[in-house]
Amino acid sequence: MPVSNMIESIRDALGIALAADDDLLILGEDVGRYGGVFRATEGLQERYGPDRVIDMPLAESSIIGAAIGLALEGYKPVCEIQFLGFLYPGFEQLISHVSRIRYRTQGDYGMSMVIRAPMGSGVKSHELHSDSFESFYVHIPGIKVVVPSNPYDAKGLLLAAIDDPDPVIFLEPTALYRAEREEVPAEIYQIPLGAAKLVREGQDLTMIAWGGMVPVVKEAAVQLVEDQIQCEIIDIRSLYPFDQDLIVQSVKKTGRVIVVHEAPRTLGVGAEVAAMIQEQAFLFLEAPIMRVTGYDVPTPLGALEHVNRPDVNRIKKAVQQVLHY
Amino acid sequence: MNKQVELPKAFSKERLLELAHQMWLIRYFDEKVDEFFARGLIHGTTHLCVGQEATAAGACAVLNEQDKITSTHRGHGHCIAKGADVNRMMAELFARETGYCKGKGGSMHIADVDRGNLGANGIVGGGIPIAVGSALTAKMKNLDYVTLCFFGDGASNEGSFHEGINLASVWNLPVIFFCENNQYGMSGSVKEMTNIENIGDRAAAYGIPGIVVEGNDLFAVIEATQEALERARNGGGPTLIEAKTYRWKGHSKSDAKKYRTKEEERFWRTEKDPLVFMANRLIEAGLTDEQEWENIRLQAKEEIEAAVRYAEASPQPSLDSLETDVYA
Ligand SMILES: Cc1ncc(C[n+]2csc(CCOP(=O)(O)OP(=O)(O)O)c2C)c(N)n1
Ligand SMILES: [Mg+2]
Repeated sequence: MPVSNMIESIRDALGIALAADDDLLILGEDVGRYGGVFRATEGLQERYGPDRVIDMPLAESSIIGAAIGLALEGYKPVCEIQFLGFLYPGFEQLISHVSRIRYRTQGDYGMSMVIRAPMGSGVKSHELHSDSFESFYVHIPGIKVVVPSNPYDAKGLLLAAIDDPDPVIFLEPTALYRAEREEVPAEIYQIPLGAAKLVREGQDLTMIAWGGMVPVVKEAAVQLVEDQIQCEIIDIRSLYPFDQDLIVQSVKKTGRVIVVHEAPRTLGVGAEVAAMIQEQAFLFLEAPIMRVTGYDVPTPLGALEHVNRPDVNRIKKAVQQVLHY
Repeated sequence: MNKQVELPKAFSKERLLELAHQMWLIRYFDEKVDEFFARGLIHGTTHLCVGQEATAAGACAVLNEQDKITSTHRGHGHCIAKGADVNRMMAELFARETGYCKGKGGSMHIADVDRGNLGANGIVGGGIPIAVGSALTAKMKNLDYVTLCFFGDGASNEGSFHEGINLASVWNLPVIFFCENNQYGMSGSVKEMTNIENIGDRAAAYGIPGIVVEGNDLFAVIEATQEALERARNGGGPTLIEAKTYRWKGHSKSDAKKYRTKEEERFWRTEKDPLVFMANRLIEAGLTDEQEWENIRLQAKEEIEAAVRYAEASPQPSLDSLETDVYA
């Protein structure tokens, strides 16, 4: 089986999608000859032409806006935004139109499109290049939000997102683009949106994470084994819709939960996860649900980035607190 | 455009040599940043303005200290030309506490309150409406400053450009929109991304004057900015200046520059180097000689070396400063 990193598996998925559907278009800044900031679209314009892989001017509002018109007329736009922090000039289109058109027209029009953007910190970049504001998008009714944490999932989730009849924000953790290589089948497969993944089984505590935090949580779990602690890990991977059943099932088993995200703490998706758990499994909880998160700050440069970003030590400490509550 | 403009009469020999020094500072600053990035010693994201020294230096040369600028992601030249301290700038790139953003902001976020630099930001076109607000303040409070707004050719396709210039025109504000057209956004060339010959021609759409100028000719930039400045100071409203220039380096790190040819790069480097151009003009006019020019260059080079030493000797921000300055 071929082995790929995440950027390659995303490129693979985009290539498959372009080949499968003549109406699929890729729109973005520098996606053509340049191959995209992270090279996710490298070679695709060469193969499918500048009318299918479209280099857009610097105008995020019109990348998303034009995609809406294209989608209304039956095309399937897959937009690339260079960093999640640069989606803001196009946010208006997203929140005013993309998310509402199906409801606004009561189903007469759908809005099937994908918006891909790198997100998160951990790559010695900062500020707008490291934003992790996934909860904005989760909060908007009418939009689905997906965050893969490994090359295999990235391909399967992206193909599912492209096939989905609704708009999907597909957030790619920058720190994971080239972090690991794993076997990724060459053929077409989909991972359904809304299904979380049980990454590791354990009976002492449930760790919930997504995207860039998944490898960090996994490492913490490995280290905790030395202290005879067996953690269960759930990678939510689809933040909306999200897999409540798998989480509740796990919590009923372990009774203890931490949620880890790099996004700022206040109103991060962790808050939603915690609220859901206490609604559905309150009597199974042995301790309060703890969050290990980024601070309520823009991502700073340099050493402070690592203070902000949850790491193995902070996670282990939270685990101990929850276990010894 | 291609006519040779006269040396600016209002500028003494000393002032012109000071500008030469400033342009060398800009060049060596960014060459140094490039080097340290390549060696993995500084991080973040950075955009270098080597080859574009005359736009920053020329535009700021006519401004007073109380005049304002807004800068961009490619802003080291703007900061230096507006009088920033290269030590504190370098310290910022090294993520040190003595930097302009206390080591938390890096390349793209330097502001310099004392020098009227309202700051750079990482959003392309982000500075344009901000400059409009600054100029509106000057008008409403009867303050005697003009705001000069730097942005790139790529930025002129963002909505903020069109919205901002329209407002400035309607309100007749003392603002100069200064487009550094270095021919490309990241990889998209102006020719592919716009359907007009000159970005400066867009001025007509907003009912303001547009000037298209040779951006690597310091004296042409000075002349154009002076004209715009006088108009702004005299209540004549905004001007759009487009200065044609070229970035020598890639857009940021890891740019294979597949979107342009080696010949094109060579042409701009050898035929249109703004520093060579300036040296030739000044020597021709008898205002300097090769020896003095060389001394100016070496002096600037040494100042940048000193800035690196300053940065390296500066402390990292303390780890508990993470949450300071999010709120007052
Ligand atoms: C809103 C936004 N979109 C995309 C980017 C990524 N980006 C940074 S600089 C740049 C090109 C800007 O081109 P131009 O305005 O011509 O300035 P130049 O880099 O040539 O100086 C791009 C696409 C960004 N920083 N902000
Ligand atoms: Mg440009």
